[in-house]
Amino acid sequence: MSAPPPHPDTAALDRRDLAWYVDKLVAVLVFVGGVSAVVFIVGIFAFVTHEGWGFVSEHFSLRGFFGSIRWAPTSTSNPTYGALALIAGTASVTGLAMLVAVPFSLGAAIYIAEFATGRTREVLKVLVEMLAAIPSVVWGFIGLSVMNPLIIDVFNVPIGLCVLNSGLILGLMAAPIMTTIAEDALKAVPDTYREAAEALGATRWQVTRRVVLPAARQGLLAAVLLGVGRGFGETMAVLMASGHAINLPTSPFDSVRALTATIAAELGETAVGSTHYQALFALGIFLFVVTFVINLSADLIVRGIRKT
Amino acid sequence: MVEPTPAVPAAAAEPAARFTGFSLWYGTFQALYGVDLQVEAGRITSLIGPSGCGKSTLLRSVNRINERLGYVRTEGAVAVHGVDVYAAQNALVQVRKQVGMVFQRPNVLPLSIRDNVIFGHRLHSRGAGRTTRADEDAIVEGALRQVLLWDDVKDRLNRRAAGLSLEQQQKLCIARLLPVKPRLLLMDEPCSALDPKGTEAVEELIWELRGEYTILLVTHNMAQARRASESCVFMLLGKMIEHTPTDEMFVTPQRQETADYIEGRYG
Ligand SMILES: Nc1ncnc2c1ncn2[C@@H]1O[C@H](COP(=O)(O)OP(=O)(O)O)[C@@H](O)[C@H]1O
Ligand SMILES: [Mg+2]
Repeated sequence: MSAPPPHPDTAALDRRDLAWYVDKLVAVLVFVGGVSAVVFIVGIFAFVTHEGWGFVSEHFSLRGFFGSIRWAPTSTSNPTYGALALIAGTASVTGLAMLVAVPFSLGAAIYIAEFATGRTREVLKVLVEMLAAIPSVVWGFIGLSVMNPLIIDVFNVPIGLCVLNSGLILGLMAAPIMTTIAEDALKAVPDTYREAAEALGATRWQVTRRVVLPAARQGLLAAVLLGVGRGFGETMAVLMASGHAINLPTSPFDSVRALTATIAAELGETAVGSTHYQALFALGIFLFVVTFVINLSADLIVRGIRKT
Repeated sequence: MVEPTPAVPAAAAEPAARFTGFSLWYGTFQALYGVDLQVEAGRITSLIGPSGCGKSTLLRSVNRINERLGYVRTEGAVAVHGVDVYAAQNALVQVRKQVGMVFQRPNVLPLSIRDNVIFGHRLHSRGAGRTTRADEDAIVEGALRQVLLWDDVKDRLNRRAAGLSLEQQQKLCIARLLPVKPRLLLMDEPCSALDPKGTEAVEELIWELRGEYTILLVTHNMAQARRASESCVFMLLGKMIEHTPTDEMFVTPQRQETADYIEGRYG
């Protein structure tokens, strides 16, 4: 008996046709895409740290940076780099923004996920996503040209570019993304819970309050944290609506200056490598760390939900 | 296990649930065709028929939980103890208070064992004077004792109910109905997610509840219908075919379709 003839299909099995090459090419491209995300994150952090390191190692002191409100980098006689007022500015604007955004976005998410049906729900979801796509400079413009005169009129204050203005603007900006994430969290609550509670005679609101909200609380917390992260990092709208005055705010009508706005406004006017330039990057490092921690916590919380 | 049942007093003949010419559509698909059925009070009635014949749909029409879907349309009437469920637009909560439901998969709420049991009570006792903690404890204990779960869980009432075994969860799902004092219990294949031991335990419990509650029990398991019910309804393709005492149905079915089903010709 001679060896059996090669199976006629063996050659076909090994064929490298177009589909094979397309598959390999796509695999490489997708891999590069995935890796580049990591490369960019690490690269940006390395760059920011490198540029700011000179300041951190030579001029930085905890009291001078976090304890002083004097941010006067351009003073010729005695330049100082106190970031406290800037941090307070960012924190107050973000805080007020959350006061606005949390009730709005949770309310919207609850309505979309638990009460609205059919077309209403679909239309609302699209609208919320469209809101999220409004460029921040447009929001800033609204703060500058609509809210500013309005605040002056209504509250009878000399200037309307303040914590209130930028907080409201930032709150409206952060609300859509928070709504989307909060709605996802509510959606993730199994429908069998709702059915069980309704069969026991619970009304829609009772189901929401006693069953759905407690079950979704981690996801809702993550939504709020992401909103906070968004507030901390927002630049343009805050720059335009906050008044950009270095100030420890004591009332919502005080002008403030945010960390991000400071960097954006001053970086173009500094000499590369100067102490002022490095100090701005030090602010950048601080921002980066804070938003990173906030986003990471939100992410860990969401992951925690998936596991349980 | 089917003993002669204590004769239901003929005077109190108001049925626990009465369907009159009841039809139901999911969108354009008609799932129930003019069902006429009276569920006698105080007895266990089982609902049998091949998969997809509309047993769950019929059951879920009694407390109108079907309508959560939003594309359900009905015709005809369902009355629970004489109250037309579909007319009582505003009294739905009252209807659901009278009608407890046990689902196919145990669906305990994501709360503690104690909170699961007291959940319905809290919903319905609002405004009717404060219930003290001690009252609640008594209610929880009573309900858990009645479903034979008290000894298993009395030391962990504040633990999450989801940590219980499926059998215990299903018993808990029955227990949480009791504090509201429903008159009719709807059970949709309550044992189908359980192992044989759990099935036996829950069947026993259902049998224990007989008399105090009217029970409408969906099952695709004929042995279970035979063991656990006094009266039996056979459905086919959305129609009610036959309603007779259980022992008669399995010995001398009146309709050819019933006989075919019982002999396993529909699978
Ligand atoms: N939510 C639904 N939407 C559309 N059709 C459904 C829905 N639920 C059930 N049906 C259909 O209604 C019929 C009866 O279903 P069901 O009452 O669940 O049957 P059973 O419980 O007897 O198995 C089936 O044909 C099923 O496909
Ligand atoms: Mg079913």
